[in-house]
Amino acid sequence: MDLALLWFVIIAVLWTGYLVLEGFDFGVGMLMSVLPRGSKEHRETERRVLVNTIGPVWDGNEVWLLTAGGATFAAFPEWYATMFSGFYLPLLIILVGLIARGVAFEYRGKIADATWVRRCDLGIQLGSWIPAVMWGVAFGNLVRGLLLDEGHQYVGGFWALLNPFALLGGLTTATLFLLHGAVFVALKTDGELRLRAQRLASGLAVVALVVAGGWAVWAQLAFSVAWTWAAVAVAAIALAGVVVATRARREGVAFTLSAVAIASAVVLIFGSMYPDVIPALDGGTSLGIAEASSTPYTLTVMSWVAVVLTPLVIAYQAWTYWIFRRRLSTRDIPASAGLSWQKIKDAAF
Amino acid sequence: MDALDLARWQFAITTVYHFIFVPLTIGLAPIVAGMQTAWVMTKNERWLRLTKFFGKLLLINFALGVVTGIWQEFQFGMAWSEYSRFVGDVFGAPLAMEALAAFFVESVFLGLWIFGWDRVSKKVHLASIWLFALATNLSAFFILAANSWMQHPVGTVYNPETGRAEMESIGAVLTNNTLWAAFPHTVSAAWLTAGTFVCGIATWWMVRLVRSRRPENVETARTVYRPAVVLGVWVMIISGIGVIWSGDVQGKLMYEQQPGKMSSAEALCTGTEAAEFSILAVGPLYAGCEDVDHLISIPGVTSFLGTGHFSGPESYLPGVYDVQEQYTERYGDTTAAGEPVRYTPPLAVTYWSFRLMIGLAAFSVALALAALWFTRKGRVTDNLWLSRLGLLAIPMPFAACSFGWIFTEVGRQPWAVAPNPTGIDAVRLLTERGVSTAVPAGVILTSMIVFTVVYAVLGVVWFRLMHRYTIEGAPDSVPDVSPEARAAAGDDDADRPLSFAY
Ligand code: HDD
Ligand code: HEM
Ligand code: HEM
Repeated sequence: MDLALLWFVIIAVLWTGYLVLEGFDFGVGMLMSVLPRGSKEHRETERRVLVNTIGPVWDGNEVWLLTAGGATFAAFPEWYATMFSGFYLPLLIILVGLIARGVAFEYRGKIADATWVRRCDLGIQLGSWIPAVMWGVAFGNLVRGLLLDEGHQYVGGFWALLNPFALLGGLTTATLFLLHGAVFVALKTDGELRLRAQRLASGLAVVALVVAGGWAVWAQLAFSVAWTWAAVAVAAIALAGVVVATRARREGVAFTLSAVAIASAVVLIFGSMYPDVIPALDGGTSLGIAEASSTPYTLTVMSWVAVVLTPLVIAYQAWTYWIFRRRLSTRDIPASAGLSWQKIKDAAF
Repeated sequence: MDALDLARWQFAITTVYHFIFVPLTIGLAPIVAGMQTAWVMTKNERWLRLTKFFGKLLLINFALGVVTGIWQEFQFGMAWSEYSRFVGDVFGAPLAMEALAAFFVESVFLGLWIFGWDRVSKKVHLASIWLFALATNLSAFFILAANSWMQHPVGTVYNPETGRAEMESIGAVLTNNTLWAAFPHTVSAAWLTAGTFVCGIATWWMVRLVRSRRPENVETARTVYRPAVVLGVWVMIISGIGVIWSGDVQGKLMYEQQPGKMSSAEALCTGTEAAEFSILAVGPLYAGCEDVDHLISIPGVTSFLGTGHFSGPESYLPGVYDVQEQYTERYGDTTAAGEPVRYTPPLAVTYWSFRLMIGLAAFSVALALAALWFTRKGRVTDNLWLSRLGLLAIPMPFAACSFGWIFTEVGRQPWAVAPNPTGIDAVRLLTERGVSTAVPAGVILTSMIVFTVVYAVLGVVWFRLMHRYTIEGAPDSVPDVSPEARAAAGDDDADRPLSFAY
């Protein structure tokens, strides 16, 4: 097989890994103020349950993004250069969101203080909503095409990126991640929270079916090719399956199906871009896979690296998910280990 | 300011900021792993208490290393797209390898370490912190492979058709002699930073406890903090030797590979034998090397650093003028805008950053010697000056690391990819040609303001948390929650609450 094409597929796989894994992280973050119920203390404990369902794994999930970025740089320098400089402001917004979110996750429990925790929760929620929407906007634009000049520079400007199709794409990813997060919470928690997440998930699946379905049909009719209808069909069946599976309390199945829906969206996106990495818009120039790629030597080196390391990564990452497989409930959460800003340990100095 | 200047400032600010957290993570991770190993092997609880104490500080620091690193990965494409087009065939590979080989291990096994105390066996848990420590050091290797290639491109040819650099040999890129000097130098500097950090904090705690005069506190000082002081000192001594040795190797390579960097580090106008190492220079360095007076100098030392000879014809070092002349002849004399190229980096910055990098290590040396003396033969001390020295020394190696990078990177100017005079020098790129052409200055200014504000807030939070957790000290006692200990105690209640949660 042509190496450049192989790498186009690998990049799609890396994005799938990223969106499936961090997709539910985003969803859990977005649900932080939606799911918890009850008294103030109880809500806080439930929020801690949510944070701890993803605590050990979120950073490993995010590395899929770094790998996708690094792999694009190595295998398609022109694509990396054009896309990242063209998407400068959207990416900036995404990165600031990811920064706020990462810090808020790690620092939330460090200080036992209501204001502190509230601020961290704000960071988690903004940092989850913003990227969840913006990734959809970015991918929507890749499906639709970008206005490039002959030197492959993006010349469309920032506001052109906020077109209706891309914005609906943003709504699509946000809905899919919300659903995926709710299913994940149902899978990983027990008691009240699990029931609430289940109910929410089966409702969200219907919403996702409408929103994502609308976007996918638009994409198919306006920008894509015939065979990606298959991906759209798979996604639709998967989302319908989520409704059934959550009602039947089969969370494992539901989670697999919502992951399949996200993966199908990636197939649709990359399928419609092919054979370009950035399709042309309005008579501009497109950037083709072959033009954008590195030399065969570099691609060969990178293929070996990927072939050896990727299975290993998947194996140990899956293993840690297994280690942390236990469902969490409010009874599992110990008292906060955070310190107070004011009260210093009494060591009798 | 135009887009180029802004992009340069932004790169410098965000990268130096990232590198505040990086050295502490690289050095502290193996130290904490070592402490936990000591606990597992000796079963002495003091090592567990120290593991928990410094482990918390490591985690607080690590979080900022991660979030500031994400931006690093993306900014090449965002602000330096033309650079990325030119180098991507070579430069992207180590970046992708870093993510696949190091970042995944780092993040996955750190998660296991933080939450896994009661989930996996002691051995697996210990292995996870070691894997984490190894991966942080490995990530340094890959990113330095990328950076060293910019300093000294190897394994690459220039393709005139596409106007790009193309990789010929990944082996050559990963065995670049610049890399094999910069990697030990950067990592040992990081270990020196962490050693100073551990020693400084433990010294302060030891003195504080002894001064309380309460017998149980003095006992804690002796049994918990004194061992940490000694451990810190030995890390400092060993890594300090490594820093000096590898720095010397780097000096020799720099003389061959980037003579302009060397002469500007000395603010040397014209070539000379037995070049002196000046410790203090006054005069308008920003204007050039002419009116600079070198007030205090040590004869021959700069020549030795560059050539291995203190005097004689072999000790000849070229001056700023010589380099300018030679480079103009070889690489042309006008920029894209038609202005003359200055093949001399800003002298004031290179001169002073080089001196500060080396000079600031004096604090670590002083702390190591003093701490060794005051803790000799099992002693603890209540010496306030030692404790003050401990605190004062902590930020110094951080600053030295920053100055080291500022020297390395500013000294490379005007090149983003410096021509390799000992190999193929067709692969070269002026910094001004690397900046994104599709991004207007206003956009870069916006992101620079955003980052300055966000990073300032994060810096304050980071400092307050580090400070708060430092003055809390090591926990008084730590229960052993490992599955082994639980099994031994007959506690097999699967429904017990988590021993640790965010
Ligand atoms: C000598 C070491 C060194 C240097 C020069 C750099 N970094 Fe770094 N970086 C690290 C050493 C490191 C580290 C110690 O491995 C960190 C700090 C905290 C961490 O998670 O890993 C890290 C984190 C880190 C992360 C986040 C990883 C994660 O999420 O786990 C990224 C994406 C980068 N770095 C990328 C870069 C880039 C593109 C750099 C070049 C401009 C750079 N770093 C300079
Ligand atoms: C963490 C360590 C690093 C620090 C502190 C650092 C510092 C700097 C500074 C201060 C500049 C601005 C120089 C100037 O414009 O005068 C710069 C420029 C640059 N550095 Fe580094 N750097 C580091 C690591 C790296 C690495 C690892 C790479 C590549 C992988 C890199 C690539 C670049 C590039 C592309 C520029 C272009 C901008 C320019 O030259 O002005 N740097 N860096
Ligand atoms: C005798 C002492 C030292 C010598 C001779 C020395 C030498 C050097 C040289 C020549 C470079 C530039 C390499 C290049 O541009 O190609 C460098 C860079 C650097 N130095 Fe030092 N150094 C010394 C001490 C220190 C100390 C104490 C620290 C920090 C604690 C430090 C941290 C760094 C860092 C982080 C860099 C940039 C990364 C690199 O290029 O390796 N150095 N050093």
